[in-house]
Amino acid sequence: MPTTKLVSLRQAIAQFIPDGSTVVIGAGLESCIPFAAGHEIIRQRKRDLTLVGPISDILFDQLIGAGCVRAVRAAWVGNVITGSGYSFRRAVEGGRIEVEDHSNLTLALGLRAGAMGVPFLPTRTALGSDLFSTNLSLKTVTCPFTAERLTAVAAIVPDVAILHVQRADAEGDAHLWGNFGVAREAALASRHVIICTEEIVAPEVINRDPNRVVTPGFRVSAVVHAPWGAHPSPVPGHYNRDHEMFLSYQRESQTPEEFAAWQARWVDEVRNRDDYLTLLGQERTASLALKHHALSEAVDYGY
Amino acid sequence: MAIEAPTRVYTPAELMVTAAAREIGDGEAVFVGMRLPLLGFQLAKSTHAPRAIGVYELGIIRNTPAPEPILTMGDLPNLCRAQWLADTVEVMSVLQRGDVDVSFIGGAQVDRFGNLNTSYIGGIAPGAIETRLPGSGGACDLASLAGRHIIIMTHEKRRFVPRVDYITSPGYGDGAGWRRRVGLTGGGPAAVITTLGVLRFDPDTGEMVLASVHPGVTVEQVLASTGWPLRVAAQVTQTPEPTAEALAILRRLDPQGFWTGHRAT
Repeated sequence: MPTTKLVSLRQAIAQFIPDGSTVVIGAGLESCIPFAAGHEIIRQRKRDLTLVGPISDILFDQLIGAGCVRAVRAAWVGNVITGSGYSFRRAVEGGRIEVEDHSNLTLALGLRAGAMGVPFLPTRTALGSDLFSTNLSLKTVTCPFTAERLTAVAAIVPDVAILHVQRADAEGDAHLWGNFGVAREAALASRHVIICTEEIVAPEVINRDPNRVVTPGFRVSAVVHAPWGAHPSPVPGHYNRDHEMFLSYQRESQTPEEFAAWQARWVDEVRNRDDYLTLLGQERTASLALKHHALSEAVDYGY
Repeated sequence: MAIEAPTRVYTPAELMVTAAAREIGDGEAVFVGMRLPLLGFQLAKSTHAPRAIGVYELGIIRNTPAPEPILTMGDLPNLCRAQWLADTVEVMSVLQRGDVDVSFIGGAQVDRFGNLNTSYIGGIAPGAIETRLPGSGGACDLASLAGRHIIIMTHEKRRFVPRVDYITSPGYGDGAGWRRRVGLTGGGPAAVITTLGVLRFDPDTGEMVLASVHPGVTVEQVLASTGWPLRVAAQVTQTPEPTAEALAILRRLDPQGFWTGHRAT
């Protein structure tokens, strides 16, 4: 009898994200960012988290503004279409959070080393840069074969990866399509994986197309049904990016007081994603729906 | 050189995007950064470089322009009918093994050797950080590994400094030979496209040299907006204005003028 890992978002966050956890959230860089899960972390007043992700758009800024974060291991923290994240800026300038400065490639390689079970991976990026002065996970090494100077990136092994996907079954086998970012490395590197999914489907829907599986279900700890759970980031096959939300966040988060008002309205006074969608309004969600479908051909996995 | 006023109505960003597009050769693989480069690549692709390939850090490679206007590379039209959708590590690997000809990055602070800072203004010690900027993203990788890279930024004295406070994305370090010494395999910065002109680098010294000024801008203005005694090319030219065709394409790619600042009248 297959086991179900299907739980509520509240239960998944309560059970798998204790205070002090190291969490990958936003592995798609711009798409499939688990905003619903991030907002539940804020509602549960989690503390002292270390966030891991190359670029997680405004979600890192929101978690920092809400006081959930002790450290960030990231390549870029801000608002992709407007620039700076004000909560991040204030926290770093005020010395309230630690930053491990990565590039997209070093962050991705750290997770891949974690996924591969090796202590580091070599790369040619970042040599001569000052990333080495604000990132103790980077060292220079000499290649034992060619004697070239290389950057060694230490493995990153997070406690939890939270991934948003298009569809999953109750055991955690999950389909993700579009650009992957570091989703596959994040899932394989982390001790626990929480899958947030637009749709819960029968296992056959997943295993009829195993190439599209982002990580095998045996590594998944919890599955959460979270339709619209990545809004305002885009989810291929489901909804477009809500640019207006990113622009309004930029306007509404410039001071601590503004951020507190934003958090009260969009997170604390919202019990769950249904409330959130009501607040957003049907007209808004309808405007984000796909207007042009582009289906692929089916492939034959037969024997 | 006489000051020539602009003859066509366009925004500074439209001129910069057009200059960026001209840096792309037909058939080249282009690592496309955030913001203005998104438009520059699509403009080049729609005009003189139809065979250019776009590589994006999210894990996207495209050989056709996005079918609809996009504000950012993760917008779904930029994924639709891409040539390849993959992992960040895979597209960065294409870059690292030397298959990317040119890349584009923006910056907050740059120095005479093209080193770029998008991380810390002031310093990194506690109490010394005046401004924390978003960080590298893929910029450090593009500056380290691309065949050449183009920097796009606002030209102000506080941004053009003798020595950057923090090297997020390496240029020519402290001058000739530095990149080879530290082990970098990418070619280094080829141009800096600013709000005032276009600067290139002396191949012998790695130092920035003013190559062209935008219409209506004087060499003196550029010198006054640069925080070190800037070298000036023997023959400073005027940056070509965007053609009517280029402007029409840009206004189709960015109809709201979100990036270019263009407002329909």
